[in-house]
This record gives sequence, C-alpha cells and structure tokens, in this order.
Amino acid sequence: MTNSSTNSDFDILAEELKKTYGNFDALRGVSLKIKRGEFFTLFGPNGAGKTTLIKLLATLTAPTSGSLRVFDYDAKSEVQSIRTIIGVISHDTYLYENLTAFENIKFFAELYGLLNIDNRVSTVIEQVGLKSRMHDLVRTFSRGMKQRLTVARAIVHEPKILLLDEPYTGLDLNGAQIFGEMLSDLKSQSRTILMTTHNIDEGLGLSDRVGILVKGKIVFDSPASDINPSNFKDLYISNVEGS
Amino acid sequence: MNKVLAIIKKDIVTELRTKELFSSMLLFALLIIVVFNFAFGFSVEILNLAAPAMLWIAFIFAGILGLSRSFALEKEGNAIMGMLLTPTDRSLIYAGKMISNTIFVFIVGVITVLMFILFFNYDFVSTLIPMIPIVLLGSIGFVSVGTLFSAMAINTRLREVLLPILLFPIIIPVIVSAVKLSGEVLDGNTIFDASASLKLLIAFDIIFVTACAVTFEYIIDES
Repeated sequence: MTNSSTNSDFDILAEELKKTYGNFDALRGVSLKIKRGEFFTLFGPNGAGKTTLIKLLATLTAPTSGSLRVFDYDAKSEVQSIRTIIGVISHDTYLYENLTAFENIKFFAELYGLLNIDNRVSTVIEQVGLKSRMHDLVRTFSRGMKQRLTVARAIVHEPKILLLDEPYTGLDLNGAQIFGEMLSDLKSQSRTILMTTHNIDEGLGLSDRVGILVKGKIVFDSPASDINPSNFKDLYISNVEGS
Repeated sequence: MNKVLAIIKKDIVTELRTKELFSSMLLFALLIIVVFNFAFGFSVEILNLAAPAMLWIAFIFAGILGLSRSFALEKEGNAIMGMLLTPTDRSLIYAGKMISNTIFVFIVGVITVLMFILFFNYDFVSTLIPMIPIVLLGSIGFVSVGTLFSAMAINTRLREVLLPILLFPIIIPVIVSAVKLSGEVLDGNTIFDASASLKLLIAFDIIFVTACAVTFEYIIDES
C-alpha cells in the first residue's frame, strides 16, 4: 500500500467498526482498507470475530458503531447496491439439497435479477467443473463438489468483491487443492478478495496481504511479500497469545 | 415480481420432489377427521354443533406442521443466507414464502373439506363450492402470520412448540370467523348470511399480509 492511495482506490474501507451482541463485544474497533484487486487473508482463532466481520461486509448485519464503505457504497444507506457487487463463500453451502445444481444457480441468478440466465448459469457451472453433474440433485454431491457449486453461486452475478469465510472447512486434501486452484483463477480475474481462515498453510499462498484478528481487533497487518512463511506460525501464535 | 415467482417455483419444485410438507399435513388432517368421526359420528346433534370447529381444528393443526417445516427447509445448508445475500427486498422474500405456503395449506384445506364431506355425509356440491372461498381466506390469514412467526421461531431451540404458542392467540379472529362462516355453509346457508364474519376475515387478511410484509425485514435480518 502506497501513501499516495486515495479512498477511491479501496474496495473495502472500514473505520473503527464495532459489533456488540448483548454484553459481548464481537468486534472492538476494526479498521481495514483493502485495495481494488487485492487478496487479503485475515487469520484468527475461533471466536476472534472473523465471521462477524464477513457478515458486516456482506450487509447481513449492521455495525453497532463505526463506518463502512464497500466499493464506495455506504453500508448503512446503500445496502442493496453493495449486495449486487459482493459474493460470499462460506463453510455453509447456502444451497438447496433437493434442487439440481442448475436449478440452484438459476434460482440465485433470478434473485440477482440477471438477464440471459440459462446461458450464464450453464457457463458458470462449467467454469467450476460440474457440467456433467449439472442436472443432478445437490444432495448427491460430495462436500468438495458442493463447495465448487458454492463458488458458482457466489460468482454467478460476476461480483467485484468476494468474501470467503473459512471456505476450506470440511474439504479433503484433493477438494482443498481443487478449491485452491479455483481461488487462484478468481484472483487472476482482478477481483478483490477477503478470506478469513484459521488455517495458515491454506491462507498464505494466494495472499497479497495478511492480517491477524484476535478478540475483535486486528493486531497485525502486513504485505504477504514481507512475511517469511516458515516464521509466520510463530508470529501468529505470539500475536494470539499476546492479545 | 420475477423474484417472488422464483421463490414460489423453488418451493413448489422442492415440495414436489420431497412431498415433506404436503404428506405430513394431509396425513395429520386425515387422522384428526377419522378420530372426530369415531368420536361424534353417531350423534347428529353434536355433529351439527361441532362440525365447523372440527373442520378448522384439523385444518389449523395440519397447517402448523407445514409452516414449521417451511423455514426449517431453508435452514438446511443455511440456504436462507444465500437468499438474504442477494439484492432482494425482504418483503419480496416474505411474499414468495407466504404465497407458496398458502398454496400448500389451501390445497390441504380443500382436500380436508372433501374428506370431511365424505366422512360426515354432507352434500358434495352445495358444501364444497361455498367452502372454497372460506378455506382460501382462512389460509391467507393463517399463513400470513404463520410465515412471519415461522421465520421468527427458526433460530430458537423450541421452534416446534414456540410457533403454535405465538400463532394461536393472534389468529383467533381468523379461526372464529372461519368457523362461523363454515357453520353457515354446513347449515345450508350462504357465506353472506354471516357477512360480519366475512368482513372481519377479509380485513384481517389485508391488515396482516401488509403488516407482516413490512415487519418481516426486522425478523429475518440480524440487528
């Protein structure tokens, strides 16, 4: 990140975001700037607030205080505009088990108000390598196949920003490798990507920048090029234990 | 409107494939009517008094089963979140879910009336045709509130219990009006002989469909 960057260079611009559930402070003042086309990975232990942050960015919940702009839209007053330019991939599939792959993606494409839907749905399913299973029920899919279809759901409307919440959860070695290759493809399409994970090995590879979130605060933020992967585990543990 | 149709189509396709809501509602309604048939079937006086209430007890309890499953299906794979992530107005999601639930409950209601006519020897044509608008209006009133409470109860541990506890007190005007109108039809009169109940039922439907569509956003979104 250079000092000459202006706010319009950032797809995600959060300042002092706080989120409280009852007496519990899930986020305690998160400030975050993610540049257009950047792949930012946020590491953190369970309960650090990673999912809460993704929910805020995805407009699924409102911050208790602080300001948030996504692709220059205000997260309080321009919620629907934000929803058209983000895609979310989570460890939950957000898919209907009793619909086919095609029916699932078509349903979401209709909710995004897309045109020429059938062609777009076929293209995106082919893109994730599920063309031969397009008309099979999702309940017959393996976990890895479901996660690939989840990617199709998240990119069917060609979002500019992708939010990934622990996307590797439940994937076996082969599934994780295929998913990693898909993320690499998505990154090459100049999308801004924010991924949260507690798995260091999976998170470091594709990232341009990494951060560590502990107890609702970002305690570390650095370009990935400045990080020595072999030392990062120790750095992570010292940050988690020191907070 | 396309978004509402997409939600309705998705629910109908899912139901045609699983038959989860329909079969459980229908079987339950049938069982209640069979039980009532054994209990009251031989007493014409009791039957004349209790028939409309019996019909709506079967209808409402069967409908509760369907409504509690309606949003439970959305929670499998957390698909409801996928829907909430799209730029779809929450009132349209409510409209889609409400209309599909109404279709299921209405069909079960009509079949329940058919079974009721069969078991208790009512005249087929003069009973079924005037009962259809009552079942439709009753379904709309019952489902409009039920869809909202079903969404509310979905994240609670006691959702199967919570839904009827929340729903029954609110829908008392629907039940009372529908029972009164059904009583008129079963006695051989027309629904216009109980015009006050008819007006109450229509007013309830309009008010609660509107109010629930407006408040659905606050139920389904996290604050």
